[in-house]
Amino acid sequence: KKEAVKKVIASMTVGKDVSALFPDVVNCMQTDNLELKKLVYLYLMNYAKSQPDMAIMAVNTFVKDCEDPNPLIRALAVRTMGCIRVDKITEYLCEPLRKCLKDEDPYVRKTAAVCVAKLHDINAQLVEDQGFLDTLKDLISDSNPMVVANAVAALSEIAESHPSSNLLDLNPQSINKLLTALNECTEWGQIFILDCLANYMPKDDREAQSICERVTPRLSHANSAVVLSAVKVLMKFMEMLSKDLDYYGTLLKKLAPPLVTLLSAEPELQYVALRNINLIVQKRPEILKHEMKVFFVKYNDPIYVKLEKLDIMIRLASQANIAQVLAELKEYATEVDVDFVRKAVRAIGRCAIKVEQSAERCVSTLLDLIQTKVNYVVQEAIVVIKDIFRKYPNKYESVIATLCENLDSLDEPEARAAMIWIVGEYAERIDNADELLESFLEGFHDESTQVQLQLLTAIVKLFLKKPTETQELVQQVLSLATQDSDNPDLRDRGYIYWRLLSTDPVAAKEVVLAEKPLISEETDLIEPTLLDELICYIGTLASVYHKPPSAFVEGSRGVVHKSLPPRTGSSESAESPDTAPSGVQAAEQPAMGAVDLLGGGLDSLMGDESEGMGGGGTFAPAPSTAVPATLGAPLSSGLGDLFDLTGGVGTLSGSYVAPKTVWLPAMKAKGLEISGTFSRQVGSISMDLVLTNKALQVMSDFAIQFNRNSFGLAPAAPLQVHAPLAPNQSVEISLPLNTVGSVMKMDPLNNLQVAVKNNIDVFYFSTLYPLHILFVEDGKMERQMFLATWKDIANENEAQFQIKDCSLNADAVSSKLQGSNIFTIAKRNVEGQDMLYQSLKLTNGIWVLAELRIQPSNPSFTLSLKCRAPEVSQYIYQAYETILKN
Amino acid sequence: MIHSLFLINCSGDIFLEKHWKSVVSQSVCDYFFEAQEKAIDVENVPPVISTPHHYLISIYRDKIFFVSVIQTEVPPLFVIEFLHRVADTFQDYFGECSETAIKDNVVIVYELLEEMLDNGFPLATESNILKELIKPPTILRSVVNSITGSSNVGDTLPTGQLSNIPWRRAGVKYTNNEAYFDVVEEIDAIIDKSGSTVFAEIQGVIDSCIKLSGMPDLSLSFMNPRLLDDVSFHPCIRFKRWESERVLSFIPPDGNFRLISYRVSSQNLVAIPVYVKHMISFKENSSSGRFDVTIGPKQNMGKTVEGVVMTVHMPKAVLNMNLTATQGSYTFDPVTKVLTWDVGKITPQKLPNLKGIVNLQSGAPKPEENPSLNIQFKIQQLAISGLKVNRLDMYGEKYKPFKGVKYITKAGKFQVRT
Repeated sequence: KKEAVKKVIASMTVGKDVSALFPDVVNCMQTDNLELKKLVYLYLMNYAKSQPDMAIMAVNTFVKDCEDPNPLIRALAVRTMGCIRVDKITEYLCEPLRKCLKDEDPYVRKTAAVCVAKLHDINAQLVEDQGFLDTLKDLISDSNPMVVANAVAALSEIAESHPSSNLLDLNPQSINKLLTALNECTEWGQIFILDCLANYMPKDDREAQSICERVTPRLSHANSAVVLSAVKVLMKFMEMLSKDLDYYGTLLKKLAPPLVTLLSAEPELQYVALRNINLIVQKRPEILKHEMKVFFVKYNDPIYVKLEKLDIMIRLASQANIAQVLAELKEYATEVDVDFVRKAVRAIGRCAIKVEQSAERCVSTLLDLIQTKVNYVVQEAIVVIKDIFRKYPNKYESVIATLCENLDSLDEPEARAAMIWIVGEYAERIDNADELLESFLEGFHDESTQVQLQLLTAIVKLFLKKPTETQELVQQVLSLATQDSDNPDLRDRGYIYWRLLSTDPVAAKEVVLAEKPLISEETDLIEPTLLDELICYIGTLASVYHKPPSAFVEGSRGVVHKSLPPRTGSSESAESPDTAPSGVQAAEQPAMGAVDLLGGGLDSLMGDESEGMGGGGTFAPAPSTAVPATLGAPLSSGLGDLFDLTGGVGTLSGSYVAPKTVWLPAMKAKGLEISGTFSRQVGSISMDLVLTNKALQVMSDFAIQFNRNSFGLAPAAPLQVHAPLAPNQSVEISLPLNTVGSVMKMDPLNNLQVAVKNNIDVFYFSTLYPLHILFVEDGKMERQMFLATWKDIANENEAQFQIKDCSLNADAVSSKLQGSNIFTIAKRNVEGQDMLYQSLKLTNGIWVLAELRIQPSNPSFTLSLKCRAPEVSQYIYQAYETILKN
Repeated sequence: MIHSLFLINCSGDIFLEKHWKSVVSQSVCDYFFEAQEKAIDVENVPPVISTPHHYLISIYRDKIFFVSVIQTEVPPLFVIEFLHRVADTFQDYFGECSETAIKDNVVIVYELLEEMLDNGFPLATESNILKELIKPPTILRSVVNSITGSSNVGDTLPTGQLSNIPWRRAGVKYTNNEAYFDVVEEIDAIIDKSGSTVFAEIQGVIDSCIKLSGMPDLSLSFMNPRLLDDVSFHPCIRFKRWESERVLSFIPPDGNFRLISYRVSSQNLVAIPVYVKHMISFKENSSSGRFDVTIGPKQNMGKTVEGVVMTVHMPKAVLNMNLTATQGSYTFDPVTKVLTWDVGKITPQKLPNLKGIVNLQSGAPKPEENPSLNIQFKIQQLAISGLKVNRLDMYGEKYKPFKGVKYITKAGKFQVRT
């Protein structure tokens, strides 16, 4: 009998259909021979679905086996039962399952726990009706750690298909039980428990720390999945710990070795580990900053590991290790694998952009590589050199001659486009620019669109720079683009240029030769909101794809977005800004990718600034970035006086508050108009907004988010709009801000890019904030200190400005400025002029010293500013002017 | 969790499938084959592939692809670790993890897979437990079974399954009680053209073979435990004891297992036992080049470097190589372009050298890439990091065990760039 069943199973394993033997095999089921029983069960699981009527015959045996004195047989029965995916049978199985869930033997209980998950997959309603979920929840408090782990695993799986249900409702007591079970259960159980712990939100930093302490030993586990799940829990809860804590530093140190150890495992494990390390390095670069060498590529690493390592090397590149990195990258550029070589060359360019001090070395490395004349290396090098030109204008143009030598060998569109861009951009320095471009023009119609667009723009640039010699050329390209081309983009761009050139050459110059925003290293970073979300998904598929699960897991509509816990414990009430929008998302049912709208949008806003180059041409980025970047400025100056209603409200108790101006006109935001201003009162900054609904439908679900900015301004609380906004209604909101957000230098320095979301869409605008909202209350320097500092700051950091048409006297000036936290330290009278010595401090700790010279007869004041960061001077001057003139 | 498993051989045949939930059609593997085709080299198949309805997570071991199908968000490392565990178990049971071994024992394989995973949740993966449930095939047992009709499936609950020490079974009995520890260290290094070390670290493991009766409680201490600051432990080790006293205290599993693995990375601790002098050049516009490599001992702590083998992936344009070796023998495979030089032992008096002419395809451009030299070697009776076992104590049992420690240093990924 056994041999026969064995043969049947053997044919089954290779995919042969042996279902015809069903009755005969089931007849062997009632046996005392355990092996035979197991074999029959194996067979049953495979074929019950196709023979539901016959399968009922097996029910009796299951019920009987569930009461067998041998726990192994009880467990086996309950296990097999759940695998029979036949609706008719499941009902008969509820009773035995209930008994097994309360069995005296933990082995049976733990098997039964998994069986609930199986049954739920087949018939969710039945499981809920029978109350199995509650029994399962009780098992979390079981005395046996293995049972706890399996209950957690089963509940997690059920919860995944029921995101709304609060199945894993964790509280400090249940957390404690899980942590105890964690030490004693199997490695797989540890993974389930750790993943479950990661979803818990500790109530304060002390609880977070105590959980971290108990999870840390898992970092030394031999199973890499346990290690990575532990890393997830720690990364998430670390967010709540204050950075000043000793424990925070210890934890950072403990995280590095296990991550590095993952890299010595099998290549498949390395790959997943590297994808996760990529996220961790972006979130907390300090963890691995000394471990650069472990990411050096070995020639026999699989290609997928090589590419990931390269990516992380660039992320870790800094001034301290750049020499090593460059030497490695140069080595890689001579490897065999073409994809890898290309990426290595690109990496050199990214290093140049990231580490300014290394730019020169990078450029010379790239030139060396160009000398090798290996075709794809040359092309790749030219593409990245173009980016370097954009980052450091007027610095490395001397290499253009070398680039031009390689013109003929370029056959890839991206490289050709890059070269054409370079020729067009620097037409005035290349003697034969017109000849070069003309040579490209010959095969215009055979080029790819990318190259055609670039060529069109480059020739127009050339024409604007050297109008006399190139008239013919520009006419030729315009007619090629507009008349002979089928591509609408190309035709449109051609027409725009044509009309611009024919109607207003000055305007054309302004548009086409507009100054381009600098590109930064930030472009390839993951957008911070998304990054924070992904940190919560360390170790999962989401972390491998770098996308939130809602973006790719099937049937995950309504997945609750995870977010990092806010930091507590530090006195500065620094609630993480990103909890606000994601909180709003969670409430929404079809939340599919909703956070992305905010996140991705900002991303593309930033992306435009820098990626426009690589993509199409220089024409496109100029206007498209101009819109968000300057939207606020002209409006505030133009419409400022119209809205001069609320001026002076806060002047008494705080610093000067500018009148509200329209930041986002209704026509640009589907009927939502936003106007606002910034104020500072008793140490807190707020953004005072008026939201007006000029559309015909009700607006709700508001949320706000800032892009990274120069001073780390970020909302300190979510945007609270209590009732939905009816048409023609407006609401005034004061949004408290803090300065603990992420910092990125903006141009202009006081530019703030804002995204506002409501139930209709997401809108972006940018505004300039007056710098005096950042002047802190303790900005008064001591006299001695002032003198010493004034001497200490180099003279080239001094900037002088004129404040015209101000009729106040010295005392009035002094008191007016004091209201905005500019403190007068000393006043002197020198030859009839009043000299005021003043100091102020910005929220990020930058001190600015000022000398204000006032001549009684002259309405213009002279302001001299000294500061260690001279780039702020101009904006300080603007603040002076605003305060004094209002 | 894990939905299904397919085993695929190098020629692309699915020779085994196992489903833990509903049946997933074999056609899902087409996405895998597609990726495999794209990757050209078998090693380069990406481990995570997404398909419209499933995710395929695969590992490549012993010329077999283990492809698992998952449907929900599952930690990929969990799946990969589990797949490696499956391969380890096959290795453990059949002595090798090969297509023939699996096909010959297909029923045991099926029973094992069923025992290891339930509804996609790992059930029993410890070899100690599995062996109690399903006895490994031996010639003797199959003879006995066929005579007596008894089975190779255990019918009692495995003793380790629920205890606090799931890795050990109860009632172990040996007539000779022995405990052996192998300290194996591998040097991973990248040496650049000029001979200086770009990167070097030691990957060490202590593999144990413990055959002790009853429930022995062991503690192993080191002369210099401070070396071990980055360690991964077998679950049996008491972490607290290590944290406080730097002593490995544990109740061992029965048989062979890896006790700890560790990493020593600080550069000054990693000695490089060999050096390589090399001259590989290709002449411009000519179809030949020169090849001259010498290997010599460096910091070898007075021990002999043996088992030295050098492999080089020569550039594609290389047709064949005419070399003479002063020691050992070399082969060059003109298809894969791999040069292998089996050197053997290095004697400092007469350094092994391999030199001669490289013939290139005529007309092909001069190869741009510089081939890396991959070196393997072995040094017996030495742990290059200097790690030394101090003593092994046993508690809980009365007998006197036989103890032994062996040290060996090997080259891991040891590469010399040219």
